[in-house]
Amino acid sequence: MSPELINLIIQATGETLFMVGIAAVLGTVFGLPLGVFLATSRKGELFAAPAVNAALGMVVNATRSTPFIILVVAIIPFTRLIAGTSIGSTAAIVPLTIASTPFIARLVEAAIREVDGGLIETASSFGASPFQIVFKVLIPEALPGLLLALTLAVVSLLGYSAMVGAVGGGGLGDLGIRYGYQRFMPEMMLAVVVVLIALVQLVQSAGDYLARRVNRRLRHH
Amino acid sequence: MNAHPSLVIGEPVEIRDASSQPDAMVRFETVSKTYPTYRGKPGVLALQGIDFAIARGSITGVIGRSGAGKSSLVRLINGLEKPSTGRVVVDARDISALTGRDLRLAQRSIGMIFQHFNLLSSRTAADNIALPLEIAGWSKADIKARVSELLALVGIADKHDRYPSELSGGQKQRIGIARALATRPDVLLSDEATSALDPQTTRAILDLLANINRELGVTIVLITHEMSVVRQLAKEVVVLDAGRVVESGHVADIFTHPRHPITQSFLAEVTGDRLPVSLASRIVQEPGSHAVIRVQVRGAGASDTLIARLARELGLDVSLLSARIDEIGGQHVGSLVLGIPGGEGAATRTLAFLSQHQVWAERLGYVA
Repeated sequence: MSPELINLIIQATGETLFMVGIAAVLGTVFGLPLGVFLATSRKGELFAAPAVNAALGMVVNATRSTPFIILVVAIIPFTRLIAGTSIGSTAAIVPLTIASTPFIARLVEAAIREVDGGLIETASSFGASPFQIVFKVLIPEALPGLLLALTLAVVSLLGYSAMVGAVGGGGLGDLGIRYGYQRFMPEMMLAVVVVLIALVQLVQSAGDYLARRVNRRLRHH
Repeated sequence: MNAHPSLVIGEPVEIRDASSQPDAMVRFETVSKTYPTYRGKPGVLALQGIDFAIARGSITGVIGRSGAGKSSLVRLINGLEKPSTGRVVVDARDISALTGRDLRLAQRSIGMIFQHFNLLSSRTAADNIALPLEIAGWSKADIKARVSELLALVGIADKHDRYPSELSGGQKQRIGIARALATRPDVLLSDEATSALDPQTTRAILDLLANINRELGVTIVLITHEMSVVRQLAKEVVVLDAGRVVESGHVADIFTHPRHPITQSFLAEVTGDRLPVSLASRIVQEPGSHAVIRVQVRGAGASDTLIARLARELGLDVSLLSARIDEIGGQHVGSLVLGIPGGEGAATRTLAFLSQHQVWAERLGYVA
């Protein structure tokens, strides 16, 4: 493989990491509070607001059931409003964030719901406020599950990022399509796939390791 | 008692009957609790006509079958639930009227321990105990000192850095107790705190609670379905059945003169299995040569004269089949199993004689 092609792969890897990294951070910034709220706002719960819960649930479901490639195209005006352009890696962060936020929110909701309800009652019994319960009980107790959820979200984002090539987003997927498929360079396609597999492995292993480290539930000596 | 800052927050509370029960730590005033209808299911009346007081510094057992309303009752004391009618007064404050920040401040003077310990798996023993202090806004240095003190108090100073998953049930409950006491509460609520523990550990935990009551003067309210727990620890007992208080008073009184069938069935659980196996296996319900009568007498020495008087006044050759003396609620209670010769008539006369002398007795059956 020529040095130019290797440079292309390195550049595309950088673009992918940039898009996925920023989208994962933003997705967490929006998805974590949304997920916590979804997990605590049904009737009788900490922040009980059943109507808001149901409405948000519907929005989350609608976003999650829209195919990503359609979402990318459909929100181009919004992307232009936010990023100033609808083309390139920076612009691609907008649809990636919008797709990952509800995904992360649902995973966070599931992880938070796993926390034993008795702990909420316990914290309430010694006078904890709802916010203290969230930050001192729910999030720390759900942390292993939250880390695995984020890992899953990053892996999914790596997959999504391959599609933003359609709007000039760049990245590994785009490189694979343009060189590997359209210019018929199977070695390029192979190289892209190998890099993606390596990235997914790396992210998953790191996530598993961190989740194990913070999990005190089943530690034996 | 020590004056908590929480006691001066909120509106002053007018106290009804203050003169009649000046020393009540917790008082239920005609409390009822109904859970509203939910998704078409009818509402549930969990508690009804609850009206009693718990003395400051006492250990009171609240006993009942599951569904009797014990959990609702204890959660009314620390404001986790609100009464539907009536009010619950804790340390001269109507806790059922408090909400938001006022309620949270009041809750700091009421500790609670749980059947399944409810420790945070992500925190060490020390950090679990620190949690209520963090919530109350204590400084790091104060928390550190207080946690060490508490770990020593409950006898697990060496488990400072252990996670709950590394500890036994008894050790976990000790952390639960230390956590409940962290903010120096006046009341400690125990919700079936020993139900998940083996008998030996249960005994150790109950001893610890007795020490805490004695040394710190904390009022303890024990929710349990086990009479043995009440017998070992409590001085006062409240028997709940179907949401009502069916009997209450000194443990020794209730143990020797249980009136309500529910109380009697609870007592049978602690006393009923005490017959020697050789005797229990011989008891039949058809009349035989000797009637077997179980008697409970209170006070040292009372049991000595009882048999002699029975023999003298009824002219019966009473035989003693089994006997034991227990300390219940600080009093000696003798449990005797007597053999009465002469068939059904003699047995009935004996029961009448005992009842006349206010001695609790029951016929277990006959032996051939």
